Amino acid sequence: MNERQLRSMINEVKTGKVSRRDFIRTMAGFGLAAPFASQLLTWSGVAQAQTKSGYKPTKRGGGGALKVLWWQGATLLNPHFAVGTKDQEGSRIFYEPLAAWDADGDLVPILAAEIPSTQNGGLAADGKSVTWKLKKSVQWHDGKPFTADDVVFTWEYASDPASATVSIGSYKDVRVEKLDSHTVRVHLPKPTPFWADAFVSTRGMIIPKHLFEAYKGGKSRDAPTNLKPVGTGPYKFVDFKPGDMVRGQINTAYHEPNRPYFDSIEMKGGGDAVSAARAVMQTGEFDYAWNMQVEDEILLRLEKDGKGRADIVAGGNVEFIQLNPTDPWTEVDGERSSAKSKHPLFSDPAVRDALNMLVDRQSVQDHIYGRTGVATRNFLNNPQRFRSKNTKWEFDVDKANRVLEAAGWKRGSDGIRAKDGKKLKFVFQTSINAPRQKTQAIIKQACQKAGIDLEIKAITASVFFSSDVGNPDTYSKFYCDMQMYTTTMTQPDPEVFMDQYVSWQVSAKENKWQGRNIARWRSEDYDKAYREAAGELDPVKRAALFMRMNDLVIEARVVIPVVFRPRVSAVANKLHAPLSGWDNDFWLLKDWYREA
Amino acid sequence: MGRYFLRRLLIAIPSLLGISLVLFAVLALAPGDPFEELATNPNVPAEVRANLRAQFGLDDPVAIRYVRWFTAMTKGDWGFSFVSRVDVDQLILQRLPTTLLVIGSSQLLALLIALPIGVYAATRPYSLFDQIANTFAFIGFSLPTFFTGILFILIFSITLDWLPFIYRADISATGWHWYWEHFKQALMPVAVLGLFQGASWTRYVRSAVLDVIRLDYVTTARSKGLGEITVVVKHVVRNALIPVVTLVALQMPAIFGGAIVTEQIFRVPGIGSLLISSILANDTPVIMAVTFVFSCLVILFNLLADVLYGWLDPRISYR
Amino acid sequence: MAGSTLASPTGSIGSRAANRVSPGAEAWRRFRRHRLALAGALILVVIVLAVVLGPLLWAVPINEIDFSAKLQGMSWSHPLGTDDLGQDLLARMLYGGRISLAVGFAAMLIAIVVGTLVGAIAGISRGSIDAALMWLTDLFLSLPQLPLLLLIIYLFRDTLKALVGPEVGVFILVVAVIGCFRWMPVARLVRAQFLSLREKEFVEAARALGATTTRQVVRHILPNSLGPVIVAGTIDVAAAIIAESTLSFLGLGFPPDVPTWGRLLYDAKDYLDIAPHWALFPGSAIFFAVLSINFIGDGLRDALDPRKVM
Repeated sequence: MNERQLRSMINEVKTGKVSRRDFIRTMAGFGLAAPFASQLLTWSGVAQAQTKSGYKPTKRGGGGALKVLWWQGATLLNPHFAVGTKDQEGSRIFYEPLAAWDADGDLVPILAAEIPSTQNGGLAADGKSVTWKLKKSVQWHDGKPFTADDVVFTWEYASDPASATVSIGSYKDVRVEKLDSHTVRVHLPKPTPFWADAFVSTRGMIIPKHLFEAYKGGKSRDAPTNLKPVGTGPYKFVDFKPGDMVRGQINTAYHEPNRPYFDSIEMKGGGDAVSAARAVMQTGEFDYAWNMQVEDEILLRLEKDGKGRADIVAGGNVEFIQLNPTDPWTEVDGERSSAKSKHPLFSDPAVRDALNMLVDRQSVQDHIYGRTGVATRNFLNNPQRFRSKNTKWEFDVDKANRVLEAAGWKRGSDGIRAKDGKKLKFVFQTSINAPRQKTQAIIKQACQKAGIDLEIKAITASVFFSSDVGNPDTYSKFYCDMQMYTTTMTQPDPEVFMDQYVSWQVSAKENKWQGRNIARWRSEDYDKAYREAAGELDPVKRAALFMRMNDLVIEARVVIPVVFRPRVSAVANKLHAPLSGWDNDFWLLKDWYREA
Repeated sequence: MGRYFLRRLLIAIPSLLGISLVLFAVLALAPGDPFEELATNPNVPAEVRANLRAQFGLDDPVAIRYVRWFTAMTKGDWGFSFVSRVDVDQLILQRLPTTLLVIGSSQLLALLIALPIGVYAATRPYSLFDQIANTFAFIGFSLPTFFTGILFILIFSITLDWLPFIYRADISATGWHWYWEHFKQALMPVAVLGLFQGASWTRYVRSAVLDVIRLDYVTTARSKGLGEITVVVKHVVRNALIPVVTLVALQMPAIFGGAIVTEQIFRVPGIGSLLISSILANDTPVIMAVTFVFSCLVILFNLLADVLYGWLDPRISYR
Repeated sequence: MAGSTLASPTGSIGSRAANRVSPGAEAWRRFRRHRLALAGALILVVIVLAVVLGPLLWAVPINEIDFSAKLQGMSWSHPLGTDDLGQDLLARMLYGGRISLAVGFAAMLIAIVVGTLVGAIAGISRGSIDAALMWLTDLFLSLPQLPLLLLIIYLFRDTLKALVGPEVGVFILVVAVIGCFRWMPVARLVRAQFLSLREKEFVEAARALGATTTRQVVRHILPNSLGPVIVAGTIDVAAAIIAESTLSFLGLGFPPDVPTWGRLLYDAKDYLDIAPHWALFPGSAIFFAVLSINFIGDGLRDALDPRKVM
């Protein structure tokens, strides 16, 4: 799809010929994440659909206790220090951003009065500023009013390098200006089609100026409010034990009518995913459990007990295999897998082709992940219904054998193919995680049948995913032939996501293996497209460029996508919990209720 | 004896220093990075990590970091957790009561099982009672706690629905109800740990008692017409206690250190789960504090065991 | 508690009867008459034969994936059923048993030998040697195992692999790591026994007769302090088999596709209510191995105990 087609499609949405949803679905087929596609429409002047939340209770409170289970407990409650999702979720009980992402990738106002758009004047025509109108009569938990000063302060706080916030990336390049007591303007350094980053979603939670003002910069760790949050959210803080539990009680002055439904909330941490699922779906001790990384076999069995269900929402994660284009076994200039070297076996496209045919994604889906991991050939993280129709994958051992035979790889006496004295033997590493080891076993067996020998290696996750320069087993060093992990798309805009394949991000010794291009694949076409996209003012042209990049990666066969992994939660049968794959589980906690 | 004790305590100080040095070196050299979760998040620029590392002093040489840790520690400052940015002593104190309660009662349970059963089995070797006790002991220590824990959950929580399997440190109930709830939720973790520990202790007690029960002085005591119970309790058990004291002293520090696997299964917010999550997150200040306190206790209890040997067998000389 | 011990059997210097049998032969005679010990030995031989010869007789590949047969119970084609990938559990058990048993015994031997050595030296020598060895013991007791394990893998895995090949390298590493983390209780137990025994009359008698320290230790004290050591040894076999599964979970042990008994049990734990057979067989295999070793241990200690009349 090119720019012209894209424009005509947007026009069709404008005139009502094509529905919003269909447009987003089609875009997904071309490698564009739902929120990005949605932004594209907003930018082109198509109004946002109003989300229907389906919230039924007609009075505040009276719902009793809401008990939720996170198998990793929140360790801190300042959203701008949140190391992982668990901390963001813990903070999200108490703090709120200006807007959040719903399941379709649309923005939903939370502390904002409305979502900025070209129609309402929120978006500047030159794409260099966004004006947010804030909701009036919102109170902090301590009774102080919420104003534009808090929003401006949140920017000052998060963008100060001395505060050492993890959200600094969203704030350091923008400038925020207070227009009046309930209006702020975000000035962007350059025209940005994807403007909804600062003050939105996981990194956008607003903190109260009056409590954090004295603790900006170097003193940020000393703020008492770090441990006793005071926000605007539906629940007020009661108690917090790091890594164990967070408790809150109803905020009777919440800024939306009839909300929240529950009188208190308890978020318990620790344990493992399977027993968390049991606590929700078998014994009913808890109402909700986060991130069920559990074999579908077990989930299905637990669902039979009738107390709860597995809720699956489209997320941003794809489990994929990287084939190392560099040589991991010889040192070049003091480092293995140096971008200067070439892999002795994978440099033959036939070998990469054959491997691509030997990954039995359907079996991986059917017998390991089930509903929690859907076979894919795409490098994008959308739910099945958004999957592109024009891509396909195949699993064909015979064809793989023929391809290898034709390329001159002959079977030896031990059944392993070889050519010019080089045997098709690979080391295949991943992190320790039951489904991953089973996937490895399935691939190993198929490879065996095609005369390829895989040595399976599993590394404990805390080492594999670390950025430890001294350790040879980290995924960013990639000191082996193949590796498998899940890449996450934490931000709906593809610019950050797609830098995983640009040549200047190649992970190497000189950048302490911090480069994002771990696959070490380089392509001038890709670089060119990426550079163009980064400087492209026209959102439609930019989108077309991202699609091209996506195609380049897929065609080059540097990675083999296995399954895309939606988010799975265990939910008690009567609990109504709107979830979104583009935001925290608690993105709409105010609307959670239990059906009578 | 008093002087011996004092001397050993004085020796303990340099040994603790040495141990702390080794601990620090191991943690510094072990692979891992406290900010790894940030590294996998593309929205966090690399400078943020570099900045955090510099702010937390992680880029300094190990020796300097050790000296800094040590001087702060002697002043009572245990540092703060890299992960939660909370002071370490506060984190430990939050979890200490639960740990003492759960692990303490499990060790007590283990002793209550091992002592009577082990002694009684040894007085009647190869009787039916002995055989049954042994078989249960073998089952007890052949099955890992990760397995028995889940088995217990399946039986008592899911099938029978008698006990909750998620441990909650703060229960809103009051009065007797509060105690009852705590008892119910602590029952399974205590039983899993206590039975596992008790099983191997039973074997040790049985063996230790068997070692002395056929000695001449026991026969002499019996021939003096002393009752069987008096003979066993006063003459046999006291002499058999040396190995038991050794083992119990070895296990005592664990009451502080917690039990990682069992705490994980039942979500007991104890020191063990704090330690394992800190280790997985490479949160050095927390690991260092927990292991250092743990090693102090190891030294203390082993010293106590040494002193107890002298009380149990006065001929053991302290030189 | 005074006057508690007879002269040790091996040191009965006074009685030089003509028809005396050697202590070893005497112990063997006693051991043979110990019915449970013989039964234990028999079970162990059966298990060892099964894991050594079994894979030759039951020639089903251990990693043959068959989704149509997953999580099946016992049947003729899969006598012990299958796991969640449809792999044959009997084949996996037989194959994994070799490793589990080898690791169990080797690690136990290391723990016992190191522990006894350290304990004996500390117990017989006083003063600074004792203090130094007990410091070492305390150090090992207080080291946090997980970071140390990660450090060990990182330092030695590739070197060992290059030196002796991947399988043997991992085996050595696993056995060494488990052994190195389990010798401390044995050392403390042996030392405690030594502290008590070295003051006993029969040792004093031997000393008075001019026995060297080595002779005192080897002939008199050590045989009398073996009770707890044997118990520790029998328990350590079980502990090592279980510990191996933890190690492989940490990525230190054998690759995850090697089905050791501990590993099978670990993988099966979440399917306990769906496929109990999966956990039942490795669980009972560990149990019977432990049972037989303990019976043998009991037989040994009874056979070595001179006062036991059989």
